[in-house]
Amino acid sequence: MVTGDHQTLALLLFSAFVAVTLGITTWVSRDRHGSTEEFYAGGRLFSPMENGFAIAGDYMSAASFLGISGLIALYGYDGMLYSVGFLVAWLVVLLLVAELVRNCGRFTLADVVAARMSERPVRIAAGTSSVAVSVLYLVAQMVGAGSLVALLLGGTGAAARTWTVIGVGALMVIYVSLGGMRATTWIQIVKAVLLMAGTVALTVLVLIRFHGDVNSLLSTAAERSGHGDAFLGPGLKYGGDWTARLDFISLGLALVLGTAGLPHILSRFYTVPTARAARRSVIWSIGLIGGFYLMTIVLGFGAAALIGSDEVRASNASGNTAVPLLALDLGGGAGSTGGTVLFAVVAAVAFATILAVVAGITLASSASVAHDLYASLSRSGGKRYSEVAVARTAAAVIGAVAIGLGLLAADLNVAFLVGLAFAVAASANLPVLLFSLFWRRFTTRGAVWAVYGGLVPAVLLVLVSPVVSGSPESLFPGVDLQLFPLQNPGLVSVPLGFLAGWLGTVTSHEPPDEARHAETEVRALTGAGAV
Amino acid sequence: MEQLDEQERAGARDDGTDGGAAEFPRQRADAPAPRVPGAAEIYLEVQRSPAFQEVRRRYRRFAFPATLAFLLWYLAYVVAATAAPGLMARPVAGAVNVAMVAGLGQFLTTFLLTWAYARHARLRRDRVALQLRWDTQEMTRGAGQW
Repeated sequence: MVTGDHQTLALLLFSAFVAVTLGITTWVSRDRHGSTEEFYAGGRLFSPMENGFAIAGDYMSAASFLGISGLIALYGYDGMLYSVGFLVAWLVVLLLVAELVRNCGRFTLADVVAARMSERPVRIAAGTSSVAVSVLYLVAQMVGAGSLVALLLGGTGAAARTWTVIGVGALMVIYVSLGGMRATTWIQIVKAVLLMAGTVALTVLVLIRFHGDVNSLLSTAAERSGHGDAFLGPGLKYGGDWTARLDFISLGLALVLGTAGLPHILSRFYTVPTARAARRSVIWSIGLIGGFYLMTIVLGFGAAALIGSDEVRASNASGNTAVPLLALDLGGGAGSTGGTVLFAVVAAVAFATILAVVAGITLASSASVAHDLYASLSRSGGKRYSEVAVARTAAAVIGAVAIGLGLLAADLNVAFLVGLAFAVAASANLPVLLFSLFWRRFTTRGAVWAVYGGLVPAVLLVLVSPVVSGSPESLFPGVDLQLFPLQNPGLVSVPLGFLAGWLGTVTSHEPPDEARHAETEVRALTGAGAV
Repeated sequence: MEQLDEQERAGARDDGTDGGAAEFPRQRADAPAPRVPGAAEIYLEVQRSPAFQEVRRRYRRFAFPATLAFLLWYLAYVVAATAAPGLMARPVAGAVNVAMVAGLGQFLTTFLLTWAYARHARLRRDRVALQLRWDTQEMTRGAGQW
C-alpha cells in the first residue's frame, strides 16, 4: 500500500507541521513571564470563534477521523452510533456546564467544587480524578499515534512505533512547557482548520464520484460490503448476545456523559473573557464538530462503496486505514500523482490531529497537578516553587509517564481506551460537578464521596472485566479474574458516582454552607466576581 | 511591565471587574473571590432578590426540560438500535431506512436545540444577568472598603 513517494511526501508534510507548531510555540512565548493566568488560560482573551476552533481541535482526535470512518466502512450503521454520541454529548456541555463553569472557576474542575466546600480534601479528590482521566486519554492517543504513524509510514516494525511514541511525547512536552495555553490553543486552531479542510475535500470528492446521489452511494456501499441491506441497519457489530447489547448501551452512556467531565475540555472555557463568550465558543464548536461527524459518515460509507469492506479489513483489521485508502483511490489510485498527494495529506492531517490533542490533555493534567494537588498537599511546608514552574515540570513528568505507558500498552485497542477515559470522566467528574452547581444541600463529604464513588468502581470494574482477563482477546488471556461481563463500566459506575454523592451528603454531620452556596449560585448565573 | 499590560488589557476587556485585587495582594491564588466581611451577606441577599430568582427560573425552565428531552431521545435511539434492529432496518425511501433517518435526526435536533438555547439565553437572560453582575460587584466592592 505504501510506496517510497508516499513516505517522502508524508514525511515532508509532517516536518512542515512540526516546524510550524514549534515556530508558534517560540513566537507566543517570547517575552512572556509565566503568570498562572498566562500559562493555564492564555491570558483569557481569545475570541469565541478562536476558542470554538480550538475546542473542536481539542476534541476531534485521530480516533474519530480514522477510527469512526473505519468502523463504518467495516460494520456500516453500527459505526455511525459513535458519531451521534460524540456530538449529542455537547448539549450537556452547552446547557449545563460551559457558562456556569466559566463563571465559577479559575483554571480547573476542582476550582468549581472547592468554591463552596472545605478546600483541601475536595481539591485532592477532584485533582486525582482529573489526572486519572487525562492519563488514560493520553495513553489512548499515544498508542494510537504509535500504530497509526507507523502504519501510514510503512514502518510496521516495533522500532518505528517506539520512536513515534517517544517523538510525540517529547513534542507535546515542548509545546506545553514552553508555550503554555497560548501555544496549545494556536496549535489546536491550526489543526482544526487542517482537519476540516482535509475532510471537506475528501467528502466533496466522494460525492462527486457518485454525482451527488446519496442513494446510490448507500446502495453501492451495501452491495460491496458483502452484507447487503443489513449493512445500513444496526446490529452487525453490537447485535450479538445481550451482553454485547448492554455493552453498547454502557458505551453510549459513557460517550454522552463523559465529554462534560473531560478536564482538557473544561479548561478551554477559561481562555475566553466571559460566560457569554464561553457559550458562543461552544456554539462554534458544535457547528464544527457536527459538520465533521456528518462528513465521517460519508467517508465511511464512501470507503465501503469505493474500496470494499474486505479490502479495508485486509489492510488493517480494525479499519483504521479506510480513510487513507479512500484518499489514494479518490486521487486516482496507487502510483498516480493525485493519489500520492492525497494520501500524504491525510497522513499529515492525522499526525497533526494527534499532536494537538495530546498537547491539550498534557496541559490540563499539568494544571491539575500544580494547581490542585501541589497547592493542597504542600501547604504545610509552604510553597517553595512557583505554581507555573511546578506545572512545567509536571508536564514533563506526565509526558514521560505517558510515553512509558504508551509503550507498555502498545497492543491495547485504542477505541477501548478512549471509551474507558470517557467512562471514568462520566463517573468521577460529572456527578460532583453537577451536584456542586445545582444542589443546595451538597456537602464536602458528598463531594469527596462522589469523586471516589465513581472513580474506584469504574477502575475496579475494568480490572475484573473481559478486557483484562478471562477471554482470548484479553490483556492477560491466561488468567481468569473475570467477574463483570461488560467491557465498558459506564452503565454501573456512572449511577454509582451519583449515588455516592447523594449518600455522602445525606449522611454528613456538617450542615451545608448556605452563604457559600449563595455565592456559587449568584456567581454561576450572573458572572459576578468572575475572573 | 508585560504583566501589568496584561492585567490592564484583561481589565479593560472585562470592564474593570477585578475590584479588590489591589487591596489583597497576598490573597491565595485560587481563592474564588475576595472573602471580605459582609460579602457572604451580600451574596445571600442577591440570591433572595426577585431579579436573581427570575434569572434562575428562566435558566432552569429552559435547561432542565431540554436536557431531559434530548437525553431521553438519545437513550431511546441507542436502546432502539440494540433492542429493535428490525424496526430500525425498515426502509423509508430508496436505500434510506428508519435507522438512518433517526441518526440524522439526532444531528438535526442537536443543531436546533443549540440554536434555541442560544436564542433563549441572549433574549431572556443575558441583559438581566449582566445588570445583576454589576450591582453585585458594586455591593461587594463597598463591603471591601469597610
